[in-house]
Amino acid sequence: MTVNADSTFYRVVASPGGAIATVFLATVIFVAIFADWLAPYSFEIQNLPMANTPPSVAHWLGTDEFGRDVLSRIIHGARTSLKVSVVAISVSVCVGMFLGAMSGYLGGIFDRIVTAVVDLTWSFPEILIALIFVAIVGAGMYSTMMAIGIAYLAQFTRLTRAQILSLKNETYVEATVSLGAGPRHVVFAHLLPNALPPIIVAAMLATGDGIILEATLGFFGLGAQPPIPSWGGMMSNGTAQIFTAPWIIIFPGLMVALSVIAINMLGDSLIRALDIRSQVRPA
Amino acid sequence: MLGFAAKRLLLLLPVFFAVSLIIFLIVHLVPGDPIDNLIRIGATPQQRAELAAKYGLDKPLFEQYFLWLANLFKGDLGDAIVVRRPVATLIAQNLPYSLTLGSLALLFSTFVGVSAGATAAVHRDSLVDRGIMGLVLLGSTIPGFWIGLLLILAFAVQLGWFPVSGARGWSSLVLPVLTIGLGGTALIARVTRVAMIDISQKDFILLLHAKGLPNWRIQIFHILRHALIPVITVLALRIGWILGGAVTVEFVFARPGLGTLLIKALNQRDYPLVQGCLLMLAIAVMLGTLIGDLLQAAMDPRSRDALKS
Amino acid sequence: MSLLAVDNLSISIGNVTLLDGITFSVDKGKVLGIVGESGSGKSLTALSVMGLLPLSRGRIRSGSVIFDGIDLTGLREADYRKLRGNRIAFIAQNPMTSLDPVISVGDQIDQVLRLHLKMTRKAARQRSIELLSQLRIPEAAEVCKLYPHQLSGGMKQRIVIAMALAADPDLIIADEPTTALDVTVQAQIIELLVQLVRQRDMALMLITHDMGVIAQACDDVVVLYAGRVAESNEVGAIFRQQNHPYTQALIGCIPRAGMAPGSLKGIPGSVPSVSSYASGCRFHPRCPAAADVCRTQTPQITKTADGGHVACHFSAGVQG
Repeated sequence: MTVNADSTFYRVVASPGGAIATVFLATVIFVAIFADWLAPYSFEIQNLPMANTPPSVAHWLGTDEFGRDVLSRIIHGARTSLKVSVVAISVSVCVGMFLGAMSGYLGGIFDRIVTAVVDLTWSFPEILIALIFVAIVGAGMYSTMMAIGIAYLAQFTRLTRAQILSLKNETYVEATVSLGAGPRHVVFAHLLPNALPPIIVAAMLATGDGIILEATLGFFGLGAQPPIPSWGGMMSNGTAQIFTAPWIIIFPGLMVALSVIAINMLGDSLIRALDIRSQVRPA
Repeated sequence: MLGFAAKRLLLLLPVFFAVSLIIFLIVHLVPGDPIDNLIRIGATPQQRAELAAKYGLDKPLFEQYFLWLANLFKGDLGDAIVVRRPVATLIAQNLPYSLTLGSLALLFSTFVGVSAGATAAVHRDSLVDRGIMGLVLLGSTIPGFWIGLLLILAFAVQLGWFPVSGARGWSSLVLPVLTIGLGGTALIARVTRVAMIDISQKDFILLLHAKGLPNWRIQIFHILRHALIPVITVLALRIGWILGGAVTVEFVFARPGLGTLLIKALNQRDYPLVQGCLLMLAIAVMLGTLIGDLLQAAMDPRSRDALKS
Repeated sequence: MSLLAVDNLSISIGNVTLLDGITFSVDKGKVLGIVGESGSGKSLTALSVMGLLPLSRGRIRSGSVIFDGIDLTGLREADYRKLRGNRIAFIAQNPMTSLDPVISVGDQIDQVLRLHLKMTRKAARQRSIELLSQLRIPEAAEVCKLYPHQLSGGMKQRIVIAMALAADPDLIIADEPTTALDVTVQAQIIELLVQLVRQRDMALMLITHDMGVIAQACDDVVVLYAGRVAESNEVGAIFRQQNHPYTQALIGCIPRAGMAPGSLKGIPGSVPSVSSYASGCRFHPRCPAAADVCRTQTPQITKTADGGHVACHFSAGVQG
């Protein structure tokens, strides 16, 4: 990985799609981190006389039904969306890689159980799995996080397992084993590092899906609870104002869409740069 | 073929038990006494005792599960807490709406997706191809409910062509079907295109040309026919995905249906209703997968033989 | 007049010229062998006669392909289609992958009959069963209902041959028809094919990399090397006397009974890829008799004393 990290990065940024996506996502991340300094207004203080004002110089993206600045809420919402999806997918990737690597390398009964559970969850849509989980732990930002993490666990377990299985029979791995290397050394020093590129790209694409899932749960009123702003929650409140103040819905949705498109563009250019299309996007 | 169907159905049984077990456990995993999750606040002690006896709440969890299953097969899913009516009745009332929406969306995305993918594949690497695939990327990355809201804004609020919400008549189906369909269309178009390009490079296609068959016949009756096999596989795997889309979209359009019922129940912590809806959705996903498997077997003699042995 | 006459044919894909000045002809009732290592342009020659070059994004740069008095290079696609499978049939390299896996083999043979001879479904099936019986397939009617994955490689190749014979073509092009089969089946299939072709007075263009097959089945032979004709002649003549060192080397590769152990020779080096063709005679880097002239000048095709053609600066030397 480290050997050609620079050239991979260069190849991604050299493609116009990759470059635009990188700049956009970097901006969103920057804004999310420095939301407290960048947001022009408070995201929670209500200003009822100013309710539902269309976009203007004072409020670039208008105000919502409580007179709160939509732009400020989108900026703080970016923090919620990114936090939830990035944390959820990171945990999912780590656990999935562990389970996948173990079941791929060890095989046997452990592998069979893991595969059965993965196959079971595979045909169910992520949203349904997340909803079952939310039904158990209740609504809120942290349960959304966990629900998303669990919803994508199967995907990473499956991917890692497949990678490990195909790498396991490579000559150099067999050579290492025959030289007396222990399983832990083989998995962590040889198998996982080589399995990493497709997993990283898949994780990235899943983060995009995670943002959508987070927004969807938020839209159902099951995500981050008020007053914490989230893109989905903003749209959920906005549906009541769809006749009078459509901007409450349009702009948060636009942010979700743009972020996800950017992540996909970046993912695609990474796939091209690493030349791993068949491993990440079969079918 | 019948034996194959039976075998496939049999393979689904463990899945059904696993899923129903998880759904059954929801009530027990939620903090607090299960009985509080199953009955409305302010029920008399006698009502509580009756319910506890019905579900055998004093017995081991394992027995409780089978009691619950037995009731389930009798069509008894318990009573909804908030609206105080049998869950089965509520589901029966809402299911037809979801089925109509789901199957229309499936038809729409299959038809449009296959046509778009096939067109792109035939005109590979041309402007047509790039245009279609660009739209497809857009369709697959924009969240479904936002498309729904935008469609409402444009066609219902601004133009007034279709109703904003509800389920009265066919016109109220247009926007929801379009909303779910766009996501599915993108997926199917992508799979169709890749499969057709892949198959057009196979040896037997060369031989078909050498036989003197016209190109359009090869494209439609051979290449597309083969491409439909992976398309159906993906559809079968992702049928739940489209149903999941239906859940979201029903809620956006405030249409009656399982999805709307489930989201409301979740927000009101109406657990018997949550269990019922989740179970129905899970069964729908499983049946969808089964139908997909059967269709695939009907189209591909190889997969029929693979299961025979 | 020859049934098929290919004259000075050059083919390119993109800017790369893959076939350069190929000339040969096939007569009715004769079997022409085209031989060369992989990458020498054999399959491309077949595709160009079939008019299927566009599938490999290839195009004819110059030369002519005359079939029964018709110049195929200028033929409209619709007219070409009436020839394909009907008057010119094709047998593909790998029977394992040459049949449509989701259509029964009977239907695949019927397809040709119904398309070109306008037969009814019933008549076509009748004829397909007859054809399979002639190809010594037992229980042909049952076999017709099977799918390709239920048949062995040899059986599949017979099905492909039946498809080629179905419309009673004038010319059959067989592109390495036995390479993918077991050695024991190879000889059978070739023998069957040649026998049927001779019975029906068809012409056969047999593409192979195996000089043994040439000796077994062919009347005439064209030796290709790196997209050019090295030598062509009547089969008997070429086995008596090789005018090109490459032909000599190819024949040296055939194992014979009574050979001393270790005396079987390969050809040193390998076929160059299109991007690395040598200047002058393309064989010179591997040629034992190469001289300076071979590196700079492309040898022209010339007639030889024994009635063949050769492209070698030193063919006289080889003879001597």
